[in-house]
Amino acid sequence: MSGASNLVAMKKVVQQLRFEASINRVKVSQAAADLQQFCMQHALQDPLLTGLSSNTNPFRPQKLCSFL
Amino acid sequence: MGEMEQLRKEAESLKDQITAARKAVADATLPDTVSSTAVVGRVQLKTRKTLRGHLAKIYAMHWATDAKLCVSASQDGKLIVWDTLTTNKVNAIPLKSSWVMTCAYAPSGNMVACGGLDNMCSIYNLKGKDGNVKVMRELAAHTGYLSCCRFLSDSEIITSSGDCTCLLWDIETGTQKTTFAGHLGDCMSLAVPGDFKTFVSGACDFTAKLWDIRDSNCTHTFSGHESDVNAIAFFPNGNAVITGSDDATCKLFDLRSDQELITYQDSSIMCGVTSIAPSLSGRLILAGYDDFNVNIWDSLKAERVGVLAGHDNRVSCIGVSTDGMACCTGSWDSFLPSFSFKGQDNVMRLCKQNKQQYL
Repeated sequence: MSGASNLVAMKKVVQQLRFEASINRVKVSQAAADLQQFCMQHALQDPLLTGLSSNTNPFRPQKLCSFL
Repeated sequence: MGEMEQLRKEAESLKDQITAARKAVADATLPDTVSSTAVVGRVQLKTRKTLRGHLAKIYAMHWATDAKLCVSASQDGKLIVWDTLTTNKVNAIPLKSSWVMTCAYAPSGNMVACGGLDNMCSIYNLKGKDGNVKVMRELAAHTGYLSCCRFLSDSEIITSSGDCTCLLWDIETGTQKTTFAGHLGDCMSLAVPGDFKTFVSGACDFTAKLWDIRDSNCTHTFSGHESDVNAIAFFPNGNAVITGSDDATCKLFDLRSDQELITYQDSSIMCGVTSIAPSLSGRLILAGYDDFNVNIWDSLKAERVGVLAGHDNRVSCIGVSTDGMACCTGSWDSFLPSFSFKGQDNVMRLCKQNKQQYL
């Protein structure tokens, strides 16, 4: 019966909301600062951010060798 | 008051509680926190390789953990494993169903998976004894299309589906271990963080949800988008999630403060986001859009700092390699025949930064 299944579904919704309402939340100032710090700490290791010199770039076209 | 009415009232009250709790910790904003930080300089990525071989729309790609190989799925009915350094095709796997929408590379490199309108997730063993790549398992239980899949290991995989659920599978037995139900619309994509303990899903109910894999609970629901969430990824520190939506914006949601910290949008951008990936440090967010562009955002300052040029086709998928060195994009056929002479249909492009470009 659709009435009963609606009730079951609604109970699940309420149960889920109760769960989500109960979690601990960290202050945004802390969260934002941590995000910023992470970005700064790893900036130098981020090749898309800092670029690569050609000899460490594995995707750079290879130069041809020639016999001397 | 009937029980249904009582439950509705309780639901509304709980929603208000959650809103209040989020407000209570909102003692700052991300823009304020980074106000003294400069925007990153203009980012210019150069196309280094073009992976040609697919004969129809490329729907998905996924890097292997070795950062050299990647797998792509096309509606030409093939999964191709590429060596991105040589552009050689390591494997070209014919699929039973050509209506593929997603693919994934196992962290071990031993398997790949794909699925789509067949509602199944097919697992392929790349390291079979005789060298042939064969279907190892066909995971069937979803009642809707397979939109995304991600391996946790060689024995477990998570799938998201148009049937509004995500499933955790035991690959060996081919059976579902856990159902993650709660989304009210098609699940469009999922992402797994480095510790494999949780995952996030984006859906057509405009929300993103964070799930605990072991106890199957949804611990966070993030609202704010005004349309389908098509793309989702973890911020590299595992504490935040970035999403891309048909509402033309990307958002960053912080998991620990349980709220949106910033939106990446521009009045000139009016089309949906199809794909999203962060750079290694998280400072850059690369997002593919329906208008053929990939926009590069400064994740902290929420400013657009670059565009991936050279795309004449809709960008359907994007991935940054695990070592952060390269970004790979997959694109669709262009609808305009005038672009086809450039040979740029159905290609995957590998882009990376080269410092020398600026000298």
